[in-house]
Amino acid sequence: MTEPIKTDVLIIGAGPCGLFAVFELGLLDMKAHVIDILDKVGGQCAELYPEKPIYDIPGIPYITGQGICDALMTQIKPFGATFHLQEMVETIERIGDPLFRIRTDRGKVFEVKVIVIAAGGGSFQPKRPPIPGIEAYEGTSVFYSVRQLESLRDKRLLIVGGGDSALDWTLNLAPIARHLTLLHRRSEFRAAPDSVNKMMALVGEGKIDFVLGQVSGLEGEGGRLAKALVKRSDGSSFEIACDALLPFFGLTMKLGPVAGWGMEMKDGEYIVVNTATFESSLAGIFAIGDINWYPGKLKLILSGFHEGALMAQKAHRYVYPDKRLIFQYTTSSTSLQKKLGVA
Amino acid sequence: MPKITYIDHEGTSRTVDGDLGSTVMETAIKNGIPGIEAECGGACACATCHVYVEESWRAVVGEPSPMEEDMLDFGYDVKESSRLSCQIKVTAELEGLVVRTPERQA
Repeated sequence: MTEPIKTDVLIIGAGPCGLFAVFELGLLDMKAHVIDILDKVGGQCAELYPEKPIYDIPGIPYITGQGICDALMTQIKPFGATFHLQEMVETIERIGDPLFRIRTDRGKVFEVKVIVIAAGGGSFQPKRPPIPGIEAYEGTSVFYSVRQLESLRDKRLLIVGGGDSALDWTLNLAPIARHLTLLHRRSEFRAAPDSVNKMMALVGEGKIDFVLGQVSGLEGEGGRLAKALVKRSDGSSFEIACDALLPFFGLTMKLGPVAGWGMEMKDGEYIVVNTATFESSLAGIFAIGDINWYPGKLKLILSGFHEGALMAQKAHRYVYPDKRLIFQYTTSSTSLQKKLGVA
Repeated sequence: MPKITYIDHEGTSRTVDGDLGSTVMETAIKNGIPGIEAECGGACACATCHVYVEESWRAVVGEPSPMEEDMLDFGYDVKESSRLSCQIKVTAELEGLVVRTPERQA
C-alpha cells in the first residue's frame, strides 16, 4: 500500500492558470502539489505555442507562450510547489469532509482537502492521424508510444512523422527491427538536424528506408496489420508491408477521466462553476481556466488568473476552517511580503 | 471586398465577400462556410483550416511558409496545392479566389 502524499491542495494541470493558483494559494498559507501529463510545465502555452506572441496579459504588452510560463515559475518559486509530471489523475474519492483520496496512473496516492482542476482543454494525448480504419489496429498493431522496446524486436516497422518523436524512435528501433521504414509527407523535417543526419546516415548504410508519402489506408485482419497504403503527392499510390505502425502526429487534448467524476458539466466538456468561488457542484473541488464554464466565460489566461484568486479565498475555508481570513495587499502587508521572501 | 469562392468536397460552391486584411479562414468562419474548423483560432497551431488552392490561383496565393509546412504535416490528405487558410491574407489581388475544402479536417 503506497504511503499517501498529504498536502493541502492538489492542482490538476500545470498550465498558466494552475501555476498562478500556486501563488494565490501560497499567499494564504496553503501548500500545493501540481500534477500534469506533459513532461514539462506550461500547458498549452509551452506545448502548442511557446514562441508565439501573447498581447493580452494585463500589464505585459508582449510576451511569448514560453515567456509567461517562465515568469510564472519565477513568481511562484517562494512557495516551493512539488510537481508530478508525466502523470495523470485517475480516480478521486471523498473520504472526509473535506478530504479526498486521489490515485494517479503511476500508482501515487494523494490525500488533500481541496482539488483545483486547471486542466485547460484536457490532458495531452497522442493525436490519431486521419487514416480511415486506424482504430481497428490500435493497441495491436498501431502504437502511439513505445513502452517496451522488446515487443517490437524482429518486426517490420513503419514509422510516420517528421518531428523529434518520429526521428528518435527511428534511431532507437532501427537496431532491433527486422525492417524499418520512415515515412514523411515531405523531405524537410521539424526534428533536430542532428537526428535527421543520423537517420540519413542509416539510410545511406542501407539499414532503414526513408520514403515520401502519406498513409491513405491500412490492410490487415483481426487487428493484425499486413500493409499500409501510401499516396504520393502526385496522386500515385504504393504499399508498404508492415507488422506495426507507429504514427507520431503530435498531441491533442482529451478531457479524460475529469468528465466522469460526477460534477455538473456543460455540453459534456466544461465543468460548471459558480462565480463567487469557482467551486464545482462537488464541494471542495474547484475548476479554473479553460476547463470551467459560467455565464459570460471567456477562455482567456487573464480570466483564469482572476478565477484562481477567488478560488483561494474559498479553499482557505476548507483548509483552515477555524482561521479568520484577513484580506491583505502584497504592496503593504509585511506578512505577505515575508512569505514572498521580499520583506 | 474581394469575392472568395469555397467549393466543398461534394462540389457545392459558396461565394462570399472577404475583408481586406483578414484571412481566408476568418472569412470562412465569419460567413459560416462548412468544412473549415480552425480549432486553434488562426494561430497556425493545428491543421484544421486546410484548403486546396485552385491551380490557376497558386502563383498569386503563394507557397506555405516553413512554419505552415510544419503544421501541414498533421493535415488530412495534404497535396501540392494545400495551404492553411489562416495563413492566407485577403488582399485586392485575391479578387475571385477559388479554394476547395477537403473531405474532412484532421
